[in-house]
Formats: sequence, C-alpha cells, structure tokens
Amino acid sequence: MSMLGFNLLNGATFAALLFVVGSGFTLIFGLMRIVNLAHGALYLLGGYVAFSVAMKTGSFALGIACAAGAVAIAGLLIDVVLLRFVRGNDLRQVLLTVGVALVLNDAMLVIWGGDTFTVPVPQWLQGPVQFLGMTYPVYRLFVLGVGVAIFLGLWLLLNKTRLGALIRAGVDDAEMVEAMGVNIRRVFIYTLMLGTALAGIGGALGGAFLSLYPTADAEILVFSLAVVIIGGRGSLAGAAVGALLVAMLATFGQVWFPELAYFVIFGPMAVLLAFRPLGLFGRAT
Amino acid sequence: MMNRRKFLKATGAAAATSAATSVGPWVHTASAQTGPIRIGLMAPLTGVVAAGGREVVEGFNLYWEQVGKKVAGRDIEVIVEDDGANPDTSLQKARRLVEQRNVHWLVGNILANTGLAVAEYVKGNGIPYFIPVIAADELTQRKRLNNVVRIAGYSSSQTPRPIADYGLKQGYKKAVTISQDYAFGHEQCGGFCQTFTEGGGQIMQQFWNPLNTADFSPYLAQIQNLKPDVVFVMETGADASRFIQQFANFGLKDKIPVLYCQNATDQSVIRTMGPEAENLISGAHFCEGRDEAANNKFLADYNKAYNKLPSIYGFSHYSGAMWLAEAIKRVNGKIEDKVAFLNEVRQVKLTGSPLGKSVELDPYGNPVYDIYIRKTVKRPDGKLWNVPVTSYPNVGQFWKYAPEQYMSQPPYSRTYQGIKKA
Amino acid sequence: MNKLHKVSKHHIWTAIVLAALALLPFAISGYQTSLATQMLIFAALAMSIDILAGYAGRTPLGHGAIFGVATYVLLYYVTTAGGSLWGGIALGILAAVGTAVVFGALAIRTSGVYFLLLTLALGMIVWGVSLRWTSVTGGENGIRGTVKPEWLASHVNLYYFTLAITSLMALAMWRFVNSPFGLTLKGIRESETRMKALGYNVPLHVFIGFVVSGFFAGMAGILYAFYNSFVSPSTVELRQSVAGLLMAIVGGIGTLFGSLIGSIVIITLENLVSLYTERWSMVLGLMFIFTMIFAPEGLVGKARQLMARRQARLSGAATLSAAATQGAATSPSTAGRDKGGGH
Repeated sequence: MSMLGFNLLNGATFAALLFVVGSGFTLIFGLMRIVNLAHGALYLLGGYVAFSVAMKTGSFALGIACAAGAVAIAGLLIDVVLLRFVRGNDLRQVLLTVGVALVLNDAMLVIWGGDTFTVPVPQWLQGPVQFLGMTYPVYRLFVLGVGVAIFLGLWLLLNKTRLGALIRAGVDDAEMVEAMGVNIRRVFIYTLMLGTALAGIGGALGGAFLSLYPTADAEILVFSLAVVIIGGRGSLAGAAVGALLVAMLATFGQVWFPELAYFVIFGPMAVLLAFRPLGLFGRAT
Repeated sequence: MMNRRKFLKATGAAAATSAATSVGPWVHTASAQTGPIRIGLMAPLTGVVAAGGREVVEGFNLYWEQVGKKVAGRDIEVIVEDDGANPDTSLQKARRLVEQRNVHWLVGNILANTGLAVAEYVKGNGIPYFIPVIAADELTQRKRLNNVVRIAGYSSSQTPRPIADYGLKQGYKKAVTISQDYAFGHEQCGGFCQTFTEGGGQIMQQFWNPLNTADFSPYLAQIQNLKPDVVFVMETGADASRFIQQFANFGLKDKIPVLYCQNATDQSVIRTMGPEAENLISGAHFCEGRDEAANNKFLADYNKAYNKLPSIYGFSHYSGAMWLAEAIKRVNGKIEDKVAFLNEVRQVKLTGSPLGKSVELDPYGNPVYDIYIRKTVKRPDGKLWNVPVTSYPNVGQFWKYAPEQYMSQPPYSRTYQGIKKA
Repeated sequence: MNKLHKVSKHHIWTAIVLAALALLPFAISGYQTSLATQMLIFAALAMSIDILAGYAGRTPLGHGAIFGVATYVLLYYVTTAGGSLWGGIALGILAAVGTAVVFGALAIRTSGVYFLLLTLALGMIVWGVSLRWTSVTGGENGIRGTVKPEWLASHVNLYYFTLAITSLMALAMWRFVNSPFGLTLKGIRESETRMKALGYNVPLHVFIGFVVSGFFAGMAGILYAFYNSFVSPSTVELRQSVAGLLMAIVGGIGTLFGSLIGSIVIITLENLVSLYTERWSMVLGLMFIFTMIFAPEGLVGKARQLMARRQARLSGAATLSAAATQGAATSPSTAGRDKGGGH
C-alpha cells in the first residue's frame, strides 16, 4: 500500500477539518479585526452540543445543526454583551477573549465532565472503504467532502452575494463601507455568527474522529492560529492553503520528525509573523 | 508617584493575604491524639485527565463515607486539591496542604511527573505520601523512599509482562509496540519487550507518539505496512479512545491482533465507547467484570453513589483508603508517630478489597497481585466491561527476576527497553 | 520647589511600602511568608512585562518562557552539570537575555496583536523544546534541585533576600523607564509615527527595551529557582506568560508599581478561591473579562485617575475661591467660566 498516498490522504482530510474551523477564524479576524482566542473553546462547545443532541435524538445531522446554531448564538452573545465594551481596541479584545475562553473551558468541564466523548455517527459513515487502492475510513472521506462543500459554499457566498461583497469590501476597508451608507454593524454580526457557527460545525465534525476532551480547545486553537497566520487574514483561499500546509506539516512532521512535534507548527508560524505578518494571501489595508 | 490609596492597598492586601491563608483549623499540636486525621488528597481535577482525577476523589471518599468517616475513634478529614496535571502546581499544592492545612499525610496524583515532584518534596520533610495510582517503577525500586508507599497501587512494568507471556502463548512471534512517549509508556513497553523477547519473540519496531495525539493515521499506516503478528498498545485517556476508534475505522481491528495495556481498556476509556471497543484484550489486576462477591458489591456501591462502573482510579483509591484504615486500626489511631505508622502500613494484609483475595506489599513496597488477562464484552444493559480470560497468580514488580539482579540492569527508558538480542 | 515636593513624597511612600513589606513576616506564618516570596517574584516578572506593555506599548505573551529559561539553566548547571552557584546564576541570566535577543529581533518588526501572537508562538517553541529535549531538561519530569545556599533555607530568610533583590530590581526598572531612554519608549507607545518622524530609530529602541525587559524576567527566574527548587515545562508554558501579563494589567499597565499590587491580588485570590471551589480557572477568566471591560488601566491606574480627578476638583474649587476673592476686580462672566471649568 502506498504510504505516501495514505499520508497525503490523512493530511488532506485533517486539512478539511482545519479549513472549516480556520475559515471561521479568518472571517472574524479579517472583517472585525478580532483575534478570537475563544475560537477553540467554541469549537469544543459545538462538539459537546453535537454529542449531546446526537446521543439524545440519534441524529448526527441534527447534532451538527444544533452545534452550529448554539455556537452562533454564543458568538452573538459574546459580541453583544462583552465585546461591545472594547470595540476598536485590538489588544483589549484579544485579552477579553482569553478570559472568555477560560470561563467557557471551565464551564464545559462542569457541564460535561472530563470524560472523553465521541460524537456518534450513522452506520453508513462508520468503518472503512476501499478508496484508491487503500482501505480508508469512510468518515474521514466524509469530512474531506464536507470541507470542500463548505469551501464552495463560502466562495459562492463571498463572490456571488451582496453580503459576500460587503464582507470582502469590509475586510479591505470597513470605514469606507460604512461611509457608503451600509450598516456595517449588521454585516459584522452576520459574519461573527457565521464564523462562530463554522467553529461549532468543526467541533461536531472533529468530535467524531478526534474526540472531545478538556484540552481539545487549546489544541485546535493553536492549529487555527497557524492556519490563519500562514494563510493570511480574511482570505478564504488563504484559509484553504493555510489549512493544507499546516495539516501536511503536522501529518508528515509526526511521521518523519516526531521529536519536533511543536516546532513544526510554531516554527513556520513564528517565521511568517516576523517577516510576513499578513501571511500568504492577506492584504494590507 | 505614590499615594495614600496605593499604600492602603498594599497593607490591605497584606492583611488580606494573612487572613486568606490562615483560614482553617489551627489544630497543630493542641489536640494531637484525638483531633481529626487530616489527609491531603491531590488529583488532576482540571486538564486532560480530569475524569480520572474526579474518580480518584470519588473512590477515596466512598470508602470513608462507608465507615462513617471515623476509624479507631478518630475522625477522618479529607482535604482535596487540584494538582492541575502538572508538577509545578502539584508541588505548590503539596506545600500548601502540608504547611498551611497541616495534613498528616499526602495521597493521590495520577501523572507520574506530578507524583515524582511530590515524592521529592516529602523526601525532605518525612511526611508520608501514599500513591495508589502513581506507577513510576523507580519509586519502589532504585529510588524508593521510606515515607513513600505504594498502597493498593502497581508499578508500570508489572502488568505488561504477563500480557507479553500471554502473547507468546498465542503463538505471536513478531510484535510492534506503539506507546505514548513518556516515562509511564517507556516503562510499560520495557516490561512487555523484555519478557516478549526473552521468550523468543521479536520486536519489529517501536512507535512513540506524543501525548495528545489527535491523529494516529500516520502510525496506523506504518503498522499495517510492517504486517506484525501482534501490536502492543500503551495509550491512556483520550489517546486510548482515539486509537481504538481509528484502529477500527481503518479496518485494522479484524486484521491485526492487539494486546492493550490496562489503561487503554479501563472503564474511564471504554464507558463512552461502542462496538469498536468490544473484544479488546488487555491485562490488569483489576477486572471489573469478575463474578466474585467483593467485586460485585464494590461495583454496586460505586454505581449507586456515582452512577458509573469504577475505573482503575476509583478502585485504587478506594482500596487505598481501606489500606490506610487498616493501618490506623493497627496503631489504635495513634498515627502521630510517623515511622511507626509507616511500618504498620507496610505490614498490612488487605483483605476485603474488591480484589477478593488478600493483597500485601513485597519487601520493596509494591503490592503483589494476580494479573488477569481480560477481554471487553458488552453487558446485557449495553455497557462495556472487562471480563477475565485467564490469570497469572502472584505477579510482583520483578516478575520472575531476582530483585537485586533486576535492579542492576538500567531502568526502562526510551533507549533501554530490555530487548534481548536474538 | 514643586519637583522637590514630588520627589520627597515619592520617597516617603516608597519607604512606607518597603517598611510594611519588611515587617510582614512578623505578622504572618512561615507558609504565608513563602507565599509572600512568591508574590514578590511574580511581581518582578510582571514588572518586566510592564516595561514592554506599559512603556513601549507592545504587549508580550512570551515572557514566561524567558523567565523559565533562566530557571532551567541555573538548575541544570548546578544540579546536573555540577557547576557553581554563581556560574549558574550568570549563565541563567545570560540565557534569558539571549532568549530575549532572539525573541526581540524577530518581534520588533511587528506590533499590536501580531506582536502578541508572535511572542506567544516563540514562547510555545521554548515550551516544546523543554518538553522534548529530555536529556537536558528532564522532559515532563523537569529538573529538581536545591540551589539556594544554606543560610536561605528558612522561609523568612528567603523572603528577606527576595525582598532585597526585587526591591533593587524594581528601583532599577523604575530608573530605566524614567530615564531619557524610557521616555523615548513612552513616546513610541503614544505615537510611533510621530517618533519616527522625529528621527528616532523605533525598532532599535523597542529591541533594547525588549532585551532589558528580558534581563529582569531572567533575574526573576533565578529567584524562582531559589524559591521552588524545581523547574518543569509548566514553568515556561503559556499559562505563566498569561499570569504575568494579567498581574501587570490588573495592577495597572504603565505604572510598574501596579505589578506588585496585581501579583498580590491574584496570588491571594487564588489561595482564597481554592479553599472554597475548584473553579479557579473560571474566576481567573472572569477577572480578565471584568478588567478589560471596566478597568483596563488596572487598580493603580484607576486609583491614579480618581486621584487626578479629585485633585482637579480641588484645584478647580481653589481657583473658584481665588476668583471669587478677586471677583470684585473681574467681570461676572469670567467667574462663571471658571466655575464651569473645574470638575
């Protein structure tokens, strides 16, 4: 069996998940200039919600939907109740989201406890399948498919709808958009809810093959940061490319340089931050 | 620029500090012989092992509640601290428990590095430290301390040896090991590899994954490529859960036989899993599916109190509490003489534990157990548990080796796995 | 005359605070004294962070790593390599400064959130190294060893020693941020473009500020080695940087003294809260949130604000009464204007 092919597929499927989560992060960062360090906690929240709903109702689809909804509402609340006080001040925003992450993480520990949970998936997504001459888990291929679908959906949204045009314009220059008479607050709200919903969907998806446990939020946050820093703020293509790069680095790094596990992610991230903070696809405004 | 407000804040804060840290009974030397016995219980209540940490507290407290929190005329007071799953915090909490809360003993911790940090601390002040779960080999071998006693516990390399022997008996010749890359994993694999190779087996390759590996697929690819007879898996917590799932999802469950360490198929892992966790083979002294009176009663009590089947963490600390109670009775409640008390602790023959038969320590301070080779099966109510397949009686930490000779070989580490060259 | 007045008032309050700290061990138990030692050490770390965050306007999240590197090097040199204590101290501080040089060189090109993220990432790299380079750092087991000399064995002695050293450090940092160089840093914080326009080499100034800040963080790390006799990856992890930053913020960014207050408040709170609940993490998070929303200038900053307002009100009233006595000579409209101005 082709080891290279196998690992490439592993990297690609992991990239799909990172893309889903990272795209949400980059939208919020790009448009609203908020580095939401609670993004990982929101991912985990989505996962736990999906788990509880799917266990109760037996429906994975309902679990994903509820995860998206619950986390979008959480994001809205965070913005309306907390972030409103620190608008315009980047650092205060970031540190506030750190506080939110700590509170959320502990609250989830209280509600769901510390056991490791896996979001249950329907029969047809379980087990392996023959794919390109390899025995490969169906579910990971499903995640890959969902990642691609979400990419297409977001691309359509951003390039073919008015809201998307406003978002793209806002990423470039929010003040100008407002000066043109657009209610930029409303665009912000929609973007925030979309971005956090994506984190929730990511949690539901990830929760089925990477499992949910108390430190999963910090781990996915690290990956999301790397994806967005490398790919570039506010760029969909950047999130996709960033996700692929980070996932491949993580997968192959694990195989070839297990000693340097953390360096493989943080090294490139640090280098890019130092020399090209805008990332590969980010644009200066 | 200084001003009155800041000064007031400084002194006010200082006053608050002294108030904050002087809360709690000052029962220091006053009513020593009749006051409560204060036990400092440390466990990782936050972080990745939070579930296990919770059970440490639950198991320990269950026993004391069952005996009315009183032994030999003295009340038992358990003070719980979160060790944060890291050694710095563990050290800080140990100091707090001993120096501020004036506990008589320290108990608990789960992660080996936290246990080692606390052991180093008590080395300096003679406070008894009891470790039902900390399995670091060294603490009952080359680096054993008089005041650190492994009551109701086990050492890392103790249980994998019978597993290796069982594997040899199944006819497996070529093995691959995959393990979390830290001391606990190194020691377990060492125990497995040495016995396996001494029995004529061969270790093809060893994989070491970092703690909290989300994605085992790179390793699974390589394992499949090697085509081993058997894989020995040393994973704990979420890593174990993910490994089991991903192994099944990649279609390997029916292709390659696996021998799991006791932590991987522990209740704390399998209780939230489904069919992918059925029919897994592992080895341990604690086998919750054993049909035996003491075991069944313990399961019933634990389930009634906490609505779950006990894991190794709950079981070990329940038994540990029982052990301490026996020792307290042996000194008629006069535990203040630390040296005498520790002596009694080492003499205890624990009957009445959920293991059914009497447990005692070997001369080096580690218990001797019957090790069961167990298999996970689904109960009629849908829950998974471990039932015994066969057992190895009276397995100590040194297996069949003479202790002094064994301790002359290097301790297990990533580079030394006891592999006997063919 | 005004300047002399300020200086002596400053000296008096400093003396009072120092006296309070010096008398502390007589009022509290041995364990509480060791807690006070811990507060001093982390106050020093927070102050070093404040040099950058408060005076140069760059908020770092990697100082825990610089702090811990000094601890690691000292403990390794004395315990594992069998070297001398003074050699270990020198090497430890050198290592911290070296780390700060690397961090600083990479970070000066950035500011704001990117600076934060970059220092975060660099701190994580140090953490990764401490976790994986097992042969030197001991991996997750860390390094254990008592490095403090015999005469510092008791809680009280160690406290006074730490108090002496941290007081000197605080004085040095104070002189630094109030020196012409420090004023330049403040200028950079106020407006970088203006400083550039005035011809200042902003990156170089920030770099030097970073290195100086790293030096003091390293010294705090040395003291920590004395206090803790143990180091592990959790000493350098992100949590440590976050804690130090929070102490500086809660106390008051840009006040230096606020870091001491912040350290006392947070460590006291942690000890208090842990007595009643396991939810310290949540309390810490809530502190972050409340501070960012209601008091981003911190306790000392807020105190200063209130004092300034009170003084303005007082001087406004003084001006008013002066105007009133002169009222015969001045027109009513002038008096009215003054009345409206002071508040």
